[in-house]
Amino acid sequence: MEAVIGLEVHVELSTASKMFCGCRNEFGAEPNTHVCPVCLGMPGTLPVINRRAVEYLCKSGFALECAVAPFSKFDRKNYFYPDMPKNYQISQYDMPLTTGGRVELASGKTVRLNRIHLEEDTGKNIHAGGHMTASDATLIDYNRAGVPLMEIVSEPDLSTPAEAEEYLSSLKAVLSFIGVSDVKMHEGSLRCDANVSIRPAGTTGLGTKTEIKNMNSFKSVVAALEHEIERQRRCAAAGERIVQETRGWDEERGVTYSMRSKEQAHDYRYFPDPDLPPLSLDPKLLERWRAELPELPARRKQRFIDAYGLPPYDAGVLTDSRFDADYFEAVAAASDDPKQASNWLMGDVRKSLEAHGLALNTTPMKPAQLGELIRMVKSGAITGKAAKEVCDAMVSAGGDPAAIVAQRGLGQVSDASVIAGIVDKVIAAQPDSVASYKAGKAKALDFLVGQIMKESRGRANVDVVKALLKERLG
Amino acid sequence: MMETGHAIREAVAAKRRSAEAVTRSALEAIERMEPSLKAYITLLPERALAKAREIDARIARGDRVGSLAGIPTAVKDIFCLEGELTTCGSKLLANFKPPFSSTVVQRLEAADAVIVGKTNMDEFAMGSSCENSAFFPTHNPWDLEGVPGGSSGGSASTVGSRAVPIGVGTDTGGSIREPASFCNIVGVKPTYGRVSRYGMIAFASSLDQAGPMTADVRDAADVLEAIAGFDPMDSTSVDVPVPHYADQLRDDLSGVRIGLVREFEESIATDPAMARLYKEAYADLAALGATIVDVSLPHAKYGLATYYLIAPAECSSNLARYDGTRYGVRLDGGGDVYSMFDKTRAAGFGPEVKRRIILGTYALCSGYYDAYYVRAQKVRTLMKQDFDQAFAACDVIACPAVSCPPFELGAKSQDPVAMYLMDYFTIPMSLAGLPALSVPAGYVDDLPVGLQICAPAFEEGRMLGVAHAYERRTQHAAKREPVVS
Repeated sequence: MEAVIGLEVHVELSTASKMFCGCRNEFGAEPNTHVCPVCLGMPGTLPVINRRAVEYLCKSGFALECAVAPFSKFDRKNYFYPDMPKNYQISQYDMPLTTGGRVELASGKTVRLNRIHLEEDTGKNIHAGGHMTASDATLIDYNRAGVPLMEIVSEPDLSTPAEAEEYLSSLKAVLSFIGVSDVKMHEGSLRCDANVSIRPAGTTGLGTKTEIKNMNSFKSVVAALEHEIERQRRCAAAGERIVQETRGWDEERGVTYSMRSKEQAHDYRYFPDPDLPPLSLDPKLLERWRAELPELPARRKQRFIDAYGLPPYDAGVLTDSRFDADYFEAVAAASDDPKQASNWLMGDVRKSLEAHGLALNTTPMKPAQLGELIRMVKSGAITGKAAKEVCDAMVSAGGDPAAIVAQRGLGQVSDASVIAGIVDKVIAAQPDSVASYKAGKAKALDFLVGQIMKESRGRANVDVVKALLKERLG
Repeated sequence: MMETGHAIREAVAAKRRSAEAVTRSALEAIERMEPSLKAYITLLPERALAKAREIDARIARGDRVGSLAGIPTAVKDIFCLEGELTTCGSKLLANFKPPFSSTVVQRLEAADAVIVGKTNMDEFAMGSSCENSAFFPTHNPWDLEGVPGGSSGGSASTVGSRAVPIGVGTDTGGSIREPASFCNIVGVKPTYGRVSRYGMIAFASSLDQAGPMTADVRDAADVLEAIAGFDPMDSTSVDVPVPHYADQLRDDLSGVRIGLVREFEESIATDPAMARLYKEAYADLAALGATIVDVSLPHAKYGLATYYLIAPAECSSNLARYDGTRYGVRLDGGGDVYSMFDKTRAAGFGPEVKRRIILGTYALCSGYYDAYYVRAQKVRTLMKQDFDQAFAACDVIACPAVSCPPFELGAKSQDPVAMYLMDYFTIPMSLAGLPALSVPAGYVDDLPVGLQICAPAFEEGRMLGVAHAYERRTQHAAKREPVVS
């Protein structure tokens, strides 16, 4: 049996204000501080469409090769839930802003999109003591109520949990690249439900599907899918009927459990929202939005490989986010050496970032500073070893590399009379190594060079060191 | 005696009377009549007097004052008024004090109207007699045993009693025009989108419109000018310039083609007294120089059926928010959150509101949606086309506002369909989104009856112009006095 998976991905758009009112759209504020009569659904209030949210959705559509509709409308999805201030959600039913679209996987497989539509997020229920229907009290935070949300619905084109994960990463990269969302699954700005069914391998029909909810990380998506596929396989093997139902993912127990069956499913009684006239978008405006799109990650990665000669792995890492890719290109330009820029970013910079608990978008080090450091190494103003120390200092505290070199006395020394003193000192201190070198062990020379470099705190010009050593040891 | 708002405004601006004195006398009149009329849910004497004194101070300083300066004004309890009780006639909102004011209220106050109180209404504007108020019924100032009409019955009653010259109401299927007809006042339902709905508690969003309910046509023109216009808070409000309607009031009707609707005339002909009254009204229009033409609205007969799908469908969704969680009255008493919803809504809504929520929920169910809601929207389009065709042959349409004079309290309250039929002549204009008004047209059995005039979209000025000429000639309301004083 093979699995058939389709994903419904909800993404909160990072607009300044909410979908239908002027309240701030911000994660993590004190509960119920970003609320107003409109997003609290007070009597007599009316929604007004946030144009920026429409722009962000259309740009997402263009980036994912969707057809963007110049004419769409908003509908009401009616159901009672205490975190939903109006007891209906303004969404899009039969005329979404975009249809179609695609995401390419590394294997060359295409995952087709069905649609992307725009809607409003709900508030958050906090249940004192377990489940809503069994707890003494429920607290509601409406800060999230009315945050612009887009739902990206894929076709059931995914076959494995790994493909689902890759699809999600790819969506995440594209959306973060075009700057429409934070796409942080742990903060809920990216959420995912999965439709899963199984069928005999090689067949094309669709089996009875279940919908899996409550997965809050890429890892839990993979784990939940693996568990659910296995559960359905066991059902099928035992000759049991798979029930069409919504199932929740229990992270702690590592199982999916039945939430409600199709018979209990809501009738959402969709109808066009009479408070909002249909949305008509000027084709010229749509064209402008399309033109404003940045180079997307897949294309940028390829360009990094082709134009800069970077290995595919490095190019992939450097195009993980638009910030990192921009950073790399700025360093490449400042150093005039894209390969070295990539080596530093993939190597020493990464190590220092990790050590200091930072990332490229949080370190005070500016691309121009790293570029300058690379130039100093190339020009011989500083040794590679000393440069590592300068780099670490810049990552943690920023600053001009030349100033750090001067301040710490890390400039390269090529004066033979200065270096000769250190060479003699090391020769005197390491008679065993000198003897092995003389006995024909070439490796001993490297050790001695290392000791001299260490003694000079990395400042000695290594070529001068080697020349002096060979001269002294004959 | 009838005193108009524009006369008060002139006297106040010219310092012949103080706004405070006018307000005091209006408050006294209301207090005197309230035991018989029960027109108000909330009276706001302090707020009114403070506003009046502020206007007087500005006039004393020589500052400019608004177009409604010093005019005592009654506001239907459907309009949110910051910090004041706004119940919408429902037990569910019996304790609701909104933290914001509706655009209509803001604009009235910006024009320096003096809001004296919030008037009674059918719960959530659902009704034609004001008997569906959760609190108490309101009485008709021309017959204390009679209903004032609804749903804007309180505003109609207090203006009809001449305690205040202007009020505002809302009209979804006739809720301004029918009570205006019953209470012998002018009531205007503007074009859909002409007046902002922000802060006006929704019944059926695609039909609801706020409008003036006033002593005379000139007052209606002034109030409409004050409250009309685009509002960025209401996406369905339309950005069409607001004219100075008072300039469009006419004294004669030469060159005006007035259409009589064949289907409506056939219907009213079954009641000889009513037919006689309207015959006279049309003769007055002709005598003013108008040309009377015959027009047809073939789909008007589907108006009620169409309306009773669309309005309940929208209301079933609009009223879902009243669950006791965030505001209003909550009934708790154990159980989970859904049992709180159930208890709150079961106890909070009256029978008519429940009836319409159930009707609308049914009409929107998957499987019925296409047969009911979608079909009703198609009929609505046909109805609009009917009006387009009619207006190709005439400038305004004249027709009955209601099929009868005010009826007795309790006479129809057990028969919803009989009650729904009260809106027979007003619903087609609502479905087509067109402006229409009711102007006093005389008396049947000594009870007031209104003439309805309807114009193409955004031609409120034309409609008011015709009504003004008619009012000036006939003076039906000014000729008699209500039974309360």
